Amino acid sequence: MQEALIDLSWWQLGIGAGLVIALAVVTWYGRLGLTRELLVAAIRMVIQLALVGLVLEALFSVAVFHWVALMAVVMLLLAGREVMSRQKRRMTGGWAFAIGTVSMFISAFAVTVFALLAIVGPQPWYAPQYAIPLLGMLLGNTMTGVALGMDRLTDSAWRQRQVIEGRLMLGMGWSEAIADLRRDAMRSGMIPIINGMAAAGVVSLPGMMTGQILAGSPPALAVKYQVLVFFMIAVGTGFGTVAAVMAASRRLFDERQRLRLDRIGAPPDA
Amino acid sequence: MSDTSQRRDALVLRNVCAGPLCDVSLRVAPGEIVCISGDSGSGKTRLLRAIADLEPHQGEVCLGDERRAALAAHCWRRWVMLVPAESSWWGDTVAAHFLDAVPGSLEAFGFDASVLGWQVSRLSSGEKQRLAVLRALSHEPRALLLDEPTANLDPDLTRRVEAWLRDYCRREAIPVIWVAHDREQIARVADRHFAIRGERLEEQPCKRR
Repeated sequence: MQEALIDLSWWQLGIGAGLVIALAVVTWYGRLGLTRELLVAAIRMVIQLALVGLVLEALFSVAVFHWVALMAVVMLLLAGREVMSRQKRRMTGGWAFAIGTVSMFISAFAVTVFALLAIVGPQPWYAPQYAIPLLGMLLGNTMTGVALGMDRLTDSAWRQRQVIEGRLMLGMGWSEAIADLRRDAMRSGMIPIINGMAAAGVVSLPGMMTGQILAGSPPALAVKYQVLVFFMIAVGTGFGTVAAVMAASRRLFDERQRLRLDRIGAPPDA
Repeated sequence: MSDTSQRRDALVLRNVCAGPLCDVSLRVAPGEIVCISGDSGSGKTRLLRAIADLEPHQGEVCLGDERRAALAAHCWRRWVMLVPAESSWWGDTVAAHFLDAVPGSLEAFGFDASVLGWQVSRLSSGEKQRLAVLRALSHEPRALLLDEPTANLDPDLTRRVEAWLRDYCRREAIPVIWVAHDREQIARVADRHFAIRGERLEEQPCKRR
């Protein structure tokens, strides 16, 4: 099987890039206003992945615990930043970043460590070949759930201020007053991963499994890893979203249970 | 209805600062209706919101012997109930927002018992306004903060609603702060009347009947 691995050369990647440029030309003609974003995103992707490839090569060759830990913390902080930047109305005073990062730490981070120690069990348990890709996949998905959940919560609290305050005026506690918005926010954070699991293999072949098969591993093993990863992603996303939405909804009220929309900033484009 | 457990508590404001208003001190006796008037933007609504503890402000408010700061916020708001000028509704039917309506109140406000089954989405603004007052009363508050409770009602209904409210609050010894702009209404319902002048409340002469 290993001999079947086909190396990709630079000019072959160039053909792929050419197709993206063709798409950019089309969006430019169609005035979709996306051309710049598309090209910037594509260039960012290439640079980021190239850098990460270099970092991983170095990391794999040393495989010392504190370097792996440092890499993991950097990934976590970047994910926290991404969560913050994906929100239309951010919590002010660093809370958007803090809530996102902490909730990903107790979900995606903890689940990764658990999976490494208790399920996969590489030697040593922090072996970067396992730890870093697993953490990356969990963080990437949890980040989406957390960002969606928090964005939905702050946005709907902003829109439904009258309803929330109307409930407070009738003597409801803060938790009861925002319960349905919180439920909706948690749902919208978790639905993508639930849909992803339901469609896996039927509609789409998951990227990780595809990659493993392309890299020459037997499909049965690739499927097992993918199933494990899906489970872990679902758990990480679920707990992360619940934790983030709970913390954010508490933060929307002060110690006298007043709705404090001044703790949410205006949308960046307003 | 609550003659055995009836409490007679005054609503007392000490040095409340909210919005443009500063250092408002006021004692509303049990069963007394104090009307507050002022131009739009003068801080009437913010004063009521501050008393109900819905926005940060300075000053102390008490109901009888109970200091607001010593009470959980949601208990305070259940006792000192604010009825905003624009009410919000979240359930499908009117009944979803009500505890047991005060006996006779539905009829006095021009409804019958079937109103509880109505769809909220089909209520007119005047119906919502009357129902918001009834909804608040159904929670048996010990003090009422009314923000223009009759603004969308026609003259006949306005008279009926305000007369019933005035009698109810006197009978139940509920202190009321009533924001109004109509001078005739103020003359009809108020025991005392204050107008907002800058950052102060200024007492106005009030014809008692």
